[in-house]
Amino acid sequence: MIVTVGFERSVEDAREWIEAARPTHPSLIDTTWMVADLYNVVNVPTVFWIDESGHLVRPGETAFGSNVFQEFTGVDATEHHALLRAWVRGESPPPSRDAMREYQDLPTEADQQARAEFGLGRWLWEHDMADAATAHFAEGERLAPHQWTIWRGSMRMQGLEPMGGPEFMDKMTAFIEAGGRMNKIIP
Amino acid sequence: MTSRRFTVIQADGVTEVDAVADPHHDTVRLTAAAVEQSLGWQRKAEGLCRGDVCIPSRRLEGVEGTDGLIDLAALASLLARPLAIDVDAGAAFVGVAAPERAAGLARFDAPDFTLPDLDGRLHSLSEHRGKKVFLATWASW
Repeated sequence: MIVTVGFERSVEDAREWIEAARPTHPSLIDTTWMVADLYNVVNVPTVFWIDESGHLVRPGETAFGSNVFQEFTGVDATEHHALLRAWVRGESPPPSRDAMREYQDLPTEADQQARAEFGLGRWLWEHDMADAATAHFAEGERLAPHQWTIWRGSMRMQGLEPMGGPEFMDKMTAFIEAGGRMNKIIP
Repeated sequence: MTSRRFTVIQADGVTEVDAVADPHHDTVRLTAAAVEQSLGWQRKAEGLCRGDVCIPSRRLEGVEGTDGLIDLAALASLLARPLAIDVDAGAAFVGVAAPERAAGLARFDAPDFTLPDLDGRLHSLSEHRGKKVFLATWASW
């Protein structure tokens, strides 16, 4: 079973993408980043394997649907697809929890404080208080600069272009140069 | 200090309550009724209670004034919940503390959620219990 969750400002922001993909699986829209909070999603795309009993098999990790962005991300999507297929078909056992624990990113106090700032900023933006919202997005970014779902995820709500705009490129370059992580790959 | 409507935002919903805002000190104080309505903690003789849990009255010093109003920031701190507040805009977000979130993930629990699809139809992760689920998060940005 595939379930997708899009972090989008509104259902309308998500519409063209979902309609173009014509998914047969539940394709859900999360306008408050609720799932990012529940699962400590740091960047997108992040995926989770969940077993029949509702438990995580692997911690959240980066995986792409295709190799469209391979040049930019440096990730070969097919490697994850092969691992996933083998687990779904029962050809390989799930990894041990002890082995997976070292890859687990648990949310910190700063992460949760940053999410509160983001959540307030998002609500203010939705209620036409964009200037007030921007101050809270900035505070969220200051508290947890590694949370792409906060700094990049709030850019459209600040009137900035997150897909290759100058503010995005500058921030991303500085972040990567400072040793920041874009992708999380679990072998 | 002015009495005004104030919005308390949480992951599972938004509540509008009566509050006394003091923009000079950047504080918001809520009536006991407003605290109960928004955060579910009820003021009883023995303390501030929710379910079986009570925070004894002696620990409410600095949280509850002699006028009975409860300082939202002091209460969030007492409850160890992250708080983002905008007194001028009249809204605050009360989040979930890191240890609570981390405990579930450390147990490898996949938290349940309910969200709409494009047609507004609601889906819950728990509907798929008994099957393997590949949960993929994405965004257009």
